[in-house]
Amino acid sequence: MRARPGAAAADSTQTEPASSGADLRLEALTKRFGAFTAVRDLSLRVPAGSFFALLGPSGCGKTTTLRMVAGLEEPSAGDIFLGDRRITTLRPYKRPVNTVFQSYALFPHLSVEENVAFGLKRQGQRRVGEAVTRMLDLVELSGYGRRRPAQLSGGQQQRVALARALINSPQVLLLDEPLGALDLKLRRQMQIELKRIQTEVGLTFIHVTHDQEEAMTMADTVAVMNAGVIEQMGPPAELYDNPATTFVANFLGQSNLVSGRVAHVSGSVLEVDVQGATVLVPTVRARVDSGAAWVGVRPEKVFIERAGAERDDGVNTLAKGTVSDVSFSGMSTQYLVRMPWGQELTVFEQNTGARRLLAVGAQVDLHWRPEHTFVLDADEPELAGVEQQDLAGSRVGSTKPA
Amino acid sequence: MTTVTEVARETTGQDVAEQPARRGWLAYLLLLPGTAWLALFFLVPMATLVATSLYDPTGTLETGYRLTGAFSNYVDAIRTYGSEFWRSLLYAGLATGFALLLGYPLAYAIVFKSGRWKNVMLVMVIAPFFTSFLIRTLAWKAILSDHGFVVSTLKSVHILSSDGRLLATSVAVVTGLTYNFLPFMVLPLYASLEKVDPRLIEAAGDLYAPPLAGFWRVTVPLSMPGVVAGTLLTFIPAAGDYINVELLGTPQQTMIGNRIQGLFGAGDYPAAAALSVTLMVLIVVMVMAYIWRAGTEELL
Amino acid sequence: MTASLVRLGRWVTDHVILFIGLLVLLYTLLPVFVVVLMSFDNSADLAYQFSGFTWSNWTAPCSSYGMCDALTTSLKIGLLATAGSTMLGTLMAFAMVRHRFFGRSIANVTIFLPMASPEIVMGSSLLALFVSMGFAGQLGFGTILIAHIMFCLSFVVVTVKARLAGMDGRLEQAAMDLYANQWQTFWRVTFPLVFPGILGAALLAFSLSFDDYIITNLNAGQTQTFPMFVWGVSRKEIPPQINVVGTAMFLISLLVVFAAGLTHRRGSRAAA
Repeated sequence: MRARPGAAAADSTQTEPASSGADLRLEALTKRFGAFTAVRDLSLRVPAGSFFALLGPSGCGKTTTLRMVAGLEEPSAGDIFLGDRRITTLRPYKRPVNTVFQSYALFPHLSVEENVAFGLKRQGQRRVGEAVTRMLDLVELSGYGRRRPAQLSGGQQQRVALARALINSPQVLLLDEPLGALDLKLRRQMQIELKRIQTEVGLTFIHVTHDQEEAMTMADTVAVMNAGVIEQMGPPAELYDNPATTFVANFLGQSNLVSGRVAHVSGSVLEVDVQGATVLVPTVRARVDSGAAWVGVRPEKVFIERAGAERDDGVNTLAKGTVSDVSFSGMSTQYLVRMPWGQELTVFEQNTGARRLLAVGAQVDLHWRPEHTFVLDADEPELAGVEQQDLAGSRVGSTKPA
Repeated sequence: MTTVTEVARETTGQDVAEQPARRGWLAYLLLLPGTAWLALFFLVPMATLVATSLYDPTGTLETGYRLTGAFSNYVDAIRTYGSEFWRSLLYAGLATGFALLLGYPLAYAIVFKSGRWKNVMLVMVIAPFFTSFLIRTLAWKAILSDHGFVVSTLKSVHILSSDGRLLATSVAVVTGLTYNFLPFMVLPLYASLEKVDPRLIEAAGDLYAPPLAGFWRVTVPLSMPGVVAGTLLTFIPAAGDYINVELLGTPQQTMIGNRIQGLFGAGDYPAAAALSVTLMVLIVVMVMAYIWRAGTEELL
Repeated sequence: MTASLVRLGRWVTDHVILFIGLLVLLYTLLPVFVVVLMSFDNSADLAYQFSGFTWSNWTAPCSSYGMCDALTTSLKIGLLATAGSTMLGTLMAFAMVRHRFFGRSIANVTIFLPMASPEIVMGSSLLALFVSMGFAGQLGFGTILIAHIMFCLSFVVVTVKARLAGMDGRLEQAAMDLYANQWQTFWRVTFPLVFPGILGAALLAFSLSFDDYIITNLNAGQTQTFPMFVWGVSRKEIPPQINVVGTAMFLISLLVVFAAGLTHRRGSRAAA
């Protein structure tokens, strides 16, 4: 029942690339609004030059954290360091940090050029024309300098906001859900653009978003935040592959979570009793090593076969399910399978054409490879992270851990 | 703004849709009564005023007036009352300046610094406006009186000489003017500042602007429509006022309004009309110049 | 130690504007305090000093000769002028916002001009009109009323226009989609939503009319309104009863504004 030591730590585990910039360090950062704690004892380190995503549902505290780094909110406790410099109480105009606001916040009474040049002028630079031109070229808005923000489209405004912040070469660039107001196609485009610019310019980007796909696509490191704390932090693949909490498992993509009980540890393999069947899990992928637990596997890792069909050795199997729903969506098919104990599990199968689709009512067995299993602490709520998904989230039943 | 409008704005992410504008005769029908009233009792009188100013100056109510194209009325008016014109413009200008100086911090405080007390403060600005301004101006008589608190304090600090007065001086008149028209300055300023997006001020700070620079470069330019409206709504009525002079001043502070009133009272309608038209023209010229410099779209 | 000094410095700079604003607010309220105070004054003299406290002004407010008559006249004119200008102005506002028509900018200017003209010019021009039409001997209640409706119109139009322009036109479309005809749509959807604007305009019109002196004085003939009464006595002895009226006006306006704010907030909460 107790978490294995060292398994679910919230510190960054990635090696830092050599860089001339400074690391951003948050230490025990806390923000309270009256009786409500928005950010709770948050510590993390963002290596210089990396693209860091702060991911979480609305209200989890990610924007508040960002604003504290920008200087627009004062922390209730804790510290913020940029390299060796303690910037916790510095006013925003004294910090070498710039923000791309969610609403862009472009000055309506100034032209695009004047907007972009604003920060440089306030720092005392007089001859800014060349820098502005270079920056507008970078965001592909050359020639738009004389226009007013009101004359630009949403995507163009977003790029002006980016240019306005970038031109100051801040040590950290903060992006507060900058792509939220754009339509899907434009958003995809801008995600690639932002990543390209960040690589080209080499600045530290901190990107706050609630879109897990966006975070995983763009970032070197993702921190998943929930209710004021970071649940897990690391490279996107690591978080997706081996989630540390039910929240992460449900918030990033989808997961099947089945209740079970750890029966036996032998060497590097955990044996877990799941509703009568035995499931094998590598110990490195288990967050608990005894007692009740959640056994998890991603829907795309599960093979669905007719009941009783032949299978390879060494796979985990949950047998005697009944197909309750089939959703064909071109590239793949989503099956909902009702298991004997009442829970509905989700399977994504790529439509390779190797086999005809299964029909509702078919009796099936579910198989997956042990190295795709993960085991989580049974105390965690099984629906954590699910409500924030859109309606295509996995429908987990109401069974509790044994 | 109603909640509904706010919701509409949120859900569409854009400003509320344009009303389906209907062409047709209904518009003219709706406009007719009001426009007719204004035409008959504002535009026509203005024309009549101009005509009256050209009446034979020797006419009276008893003998009647004859339209003689007497432009000499204007020449006489300007020659005789030139100093009153200057004084009126000066006092009105001073009052407007002071009203701006006092009104801007008040409007700013209400919009950005008042928190829970915003509505209370707003009410406190508006409520005195609904109380008879004559009575309030009389109250200034008491406040600035020779035995009152203000004068005694100023005397003891030697700002005022021991036999100095505030009442019956131009200081009192300008004070009264400033006071009377302060709400006309504060409310447009408030409306304008209210529209300024506070995130823009945050953005300015994020971009290395200290608070004063942020104020000067972002807040002030964005509040200009309110400044223009406020100064116009203050200057114009102040230029034609005569009440503050009568109640708080002496014949030495006579403004053009006093003269016009006096001439009408005496029945010298042509001269009074000539003065009125001159005042109107002066104001229109100044307002046009002001608007041309300050930009006009937000006004109407 | 320096941290708390910095904190203090920050608090001061954050609040200095508020402090100045409050001072200005006090400045606007100062005469009102004096008015309230003087309403309890037990003497009436030109020097306008407070001599002693008494309730008698409040218990017998009409003891000042002619004041209550003037007050009644002002109230009558105020109500009529409010009714007239609100009706005409609301119609105009609807036309300006909801319809496209030729001559819109002319209409805009015509409405704006009275707000921008000095009262002495408007009043004197009206007088000139009445005189030239031969009504010099019939100046009185009627001419005052005409003048008041005239200068209140513009303010009503601007106020209702602002409210109307902020209204979502799609609400009416939704009503018609739900089988309401034009008339029902107007009464059940449009009118309730515009009503606060109309009410605000009416209140504004009333206060402008009640308080007007310059225009009224020129066109009143023998009739006397309350501001004219105040003017008259201000040259002689100033009866403290006028401050009773002043204080009452202030309190009533406070009540009205608060009530308006309350119902608006309750309405918003109900709508939310």
